[in-house]
Amino acid sequence: MSFAQAIGDWHALAVLFVAGVIPNQIWRMLGLWFGGGIDEGSELLVWVRAVATAILAGVIAQIVVEPPGALASVPDTLRYGAVAAGLVVFLLTRRSIFAGVVTGEVFMLAGTWWLG
Amino acid sequence: MLRAEEQGCERVGGLVGAHASPATCFLDARRRVTRYAGTIPQPGQNSVALPPLDSSQWNSPWRAFGWGLRSITQTILTIVLFVTYLGIGALAHDTHFSLVWALASTLFVWAGPAQIILITTLGSGATVIQSAIAVTVSAIRLFPMVVSVLPLMRTPMTKRRELVFAAHLTAVTLWVECHRFLPQVPRERRIAFVHGLGCGLVSVCLVANTVGYFLAANLTQTLGAAILLLTPLSFLFSTARNSREVADVVALVLGILLYPLAAKMNSGVDILVSGVVAGTIAYGVHWWREVRA
Repeated sequence: MSFAQAIGDWHALAVLFVAGVIPNQIWRMLGLWFGGGIDEGSELLVWVRAVATAILAGVIAQIVVEPPGALASVPDTLRYGAVAAGLVVFLLTRRSIFAGVVTGEVFMLAGTWWLG
Repeated sequence: MLRAEEQGCERVGGLVGAHASPATCFLDARRRVTRYAGTIPQPGQNSVALPPLDSSQWNSPWRAFGWGLRSITQTILTIVLFVTYLGIGALAHDTHFSLVWALASTLFVWAGPAQIILITTLGSGATVIQSAIAVTVSAIRLFPMVVSVLPLMRTPMTKRRELVFAAHLTAVTLWVECHRFLPQVPRERRIAFVHGLGCGLVSVCLVANTVGYFLAANLTQTLGAAILLLTPLSFLFSTARNSREVADVVALVLGILLYPLAAKMNSGVDILVSGVVAGTIAYGVHWWREVRA
């Protein structure tokens, strides 16, 4: 990989700051400046947290339903099956993130191998 | 170790009760500690190997920084972070972002959910504004985290600017670890300790990004797919694990189920539509339960 390739284009880096760094960082700095003014139990924050969780859930679904790059080579049923298998083990092991992730990965790899 | 901190809170709560300041109550870490109880190892079960509070080891801020740095080896969350950022590096590669872009996002955004939202939305053709909105909504949760964690390191002499870097480092992992480690760190050395802990975690994630990026570039298609699958799996399970309240669980489940429906509209803001609808329904469930209770 060349130096220029590693950096990529400057436009993408500018987008990173405008769409990623500033919208994210603003909340930390607000917390630093106005800390203590808002109760986490307040109804507004309960709603905000629910929406934020749902947006993250949507992104998780998007990666599995409309997969990027190499993940697109895995058949739909295998991707859904891997997440479902991981979820079952995650719940059975009293919420072990590690057991869930390993099961999902093993399911997908075994399935790909089995399907040839 | 949390017990001492809790007693402190109770005393403060009793004193300030007369002023009825909601802020003091808010600064009380107990409620959050309860929410994340499952993720915080219990005292005694897993004692942290730090020098005693009165040790001369704490005399130098640099030493405290070093202890913070070393503390990343004391937590399973470091491995979870490594795996997550391995996936983010691979995701950045397969969505055609450069390595420097991926590393800069880790360094300057330093929030896993915001990073995958940014990569996924930009990668699927959303505009800068649409991505910025999705990122900023996901980042609002950092506000209460910063508000609750900074008082743990503040002394009466602390200036606000000394806390800027600690505020930047605050994300869910650091926040959980602060509640675990800081009671064992002398107050005047806590900022240095947190800087060390945070820098250690960021370094681990930068390494993971680089490894994930090159693995995605060089592995066979099947193994590349396996690395990409790490992101949805680790985020799904860590979010599920942190979901202590009904509203969180409903938001997570509905958010996943509604996205494929919203995607059919092809509006370009699918994620926002499904997120706001699912989140609002989850809030409705919470509200309904509160009213009935």
